[in-house]
Amino acid sequence: MSLLALEALHVSYGGIKAVKGIDVTVDEGELVCLIGANGAGKTTTLKAITGLLHPAAGRVMYAGEEISGRKSFEIARRGLALVPEGRGVFPQLTIEENLRMGAYARDDKPGVAQDMERMFSLFPRLKERRAQTAGTLSGGEQQMLAIGRALMSRPKLLLLDEPSMGLAPLMVEKIFEVIRAVSSEGVTLLLVEQNARLALEASHRGYVLEGGTVTLSGDAKSLLGNPQVRQAYLGE
Amino acid sequence: MALGYTMVYGIIQLINFAHGEVVMIGCMTAFSVIVALAGSGMPPLVIVGLGILAAVPVCMAVGYIVERVAYRPLRHAPRLAPLITAIGVSIILQHLALLVWSRNVIAFPQIIELKLFHLGSSDNSAAISNVQIAIILVSVAMMAGLLALVYKTKIGIAMRATSQNPLVAGLMGININNVISFTFVIGAALGATAGVMVGSYYGIAHYQMGFLLGLKAFSAAVLGGIGNLAGAVLGGILMGLIESLGAGYVGDATNVCFLNQFLPGFNDVCLASPESSLFGSNYKDVYAFIVLILVLVFRPSGLLGERVGDRA
Ligand SMILES: Nc1ncnc2c1ncn2[C@@H]1O[C@H](COP(=O)(O)OP(=O)(O)OP(=O)(O)O)[C@@H](O)[C@H]1O
Ligand SMILES: [Mg+2]
Repeated sequence: MSLLALEALHVSYGGIKAVKGIDVTVDEGELVCLIGANGAGKTTTLKAITGLLHPAAGRVMYAGEEISGRKSFEIARRGLALVPEGRGVFPQLTIEENLRMGAYARDDKPGVAQDMERMFSLFPRLKERRAQTAGTLSGGEQQMLAIGRALMSRPKLLLLDEPSMGLAPLMVEKIFEVIRAVSSEGVTLLLVEQNARLALEASHRGYVLEGGTVTLSGDAKSLLGNPQVRQAYLGE
Repeated sequence: MALGYTMVYGIIQLINFAHGEVVMIGCMTAFSVIVALAGSGMPPLVIVGLGILAAVPVCMAVGYIVERVAYRPLRHAPRLAPLITAIGVSIILQHLALLVWSRNVIAFPQIIELKLFHLGSSDNSAAISNVQIAIILVSVAMMAGLLALVYKTKIGIAMRATSQNPLVAGLMGININNVISFTFVIGAALGATAGVMVGSYYGIAHYQMGFLLGLKAFSAAVLGGIGNLAGAVLGGILMGLIESLGAGYVGDATNVCFLNQFLPGFNDVCLASPESSLFGSNYKDVYAFIVLILVLVFRPSGLLGERVGDRA
């Protein structure tokens, strides 16, 4: 059974249809990517999964239950975490406070303290700046913080919205390293990316979204070899 | 009281004009309890303590209901809507108080015997009363408690997170409705305590007292920089100083009695009261508003204010 299943999902902004009936599944332990051009509906899909938007039609199933229509804090407490587009760190909270908010729904203090140290060893830069406010961090550091904050909730399913956006190549590499490591620890991931090559290379499976519908899907390797994908998204 | 404002404003960017009324209700509730117990032979401090104990939950309930009924439905409405609602809520609360406590000015019973402590050796030196000392101590304690709450506890950090980005706060598993209710309730509890202090300081209470108090606290919060806790305290202290110095010095400067050499008509007035002046302590309340206007014109973000830009 899939951990996450989008069933004929439609999402609209008022009268504008942004997602037009997509079917996407993510199995437990998988790393699945969702690629597509600007405005394809990737962010909209993630917002519908996390309860920031409610679907116009269709369902979001998570761990065998329908979660569409629930509030985002309830969905988050079921082990579903989103690293939003543009990071969404709390700019006037310190790095430590941001991480603490990631663990808001947990009440095992020793476990939280342990995970905090784990994040600091994963991202040593954050450790040096732990008492600094998040707004003073560079874009890459904020992305690390956003990922660390999401991991602090010990998610079963982690959704990432364009984690490489606007980052220098070295930083992108570091972020993908972390994504692979998180995946190999058994966390299920749905990764939204514009950097199709890196995303497909890291993933097990992928979906291509165009104008609100899924036009291609399958094994990441076969998508990497697909001439359409190569032409449209890999710049060949 | 400025603390209550700043706190609610900081979280939801809403100026709760009804806060003055919450203070008034706190004052009135404590008054009722104190009057009821005044003859009971309990020690006065216990009676005042019970007054505060009664006022706090009453105000918390008022704060909760006001947020729930009046503000929550408007959370996504344009900024002006909740502002107007706030004024409506003030009027409703005033009239509820009018029904319960009548339209008369109520004398707050002086059950604690006033003791003056002189700072100098003579009886004319600057003096501070035991009630004033108690007020200062309680204010400092409230401030310290509030800072600890907002900066050290999980719910406090969640309050700040919610104010910075409510959508992302929801993604963290924070129930932002609960956090906002909690903020209103704490703000109201502070207001209740402030109300008891105001009542014991001035010795009187009236159903319309909230309006002036509200505007003054609002001015203090604006002066310090709204949404900033340290600013609220600084603003409160400065406002107190401005009021008393303003009334004192400007009062002297505009003393009209020197005119009696030229205008004999003033003689009678000045004989009756040699302090007669144009802008003396009767005009004390005016200074708060002069400050408010000056700050809004020259430094809208306040002394310690964050740059709030177009949100303000
Ligand atoms: N708040 C909104 N109101 C109206 N239309 C919106 C809104 N947000 C997005 N849209 C529209 O919905 C469509 C899908 O947007 P979405 O943000 O999901 O794209 P995306 O795939 O995430 O793009 P990008 O790669 O640029 O982040 C776009 O046509 C966009 O203009
Ligand atoms: Mg997007």
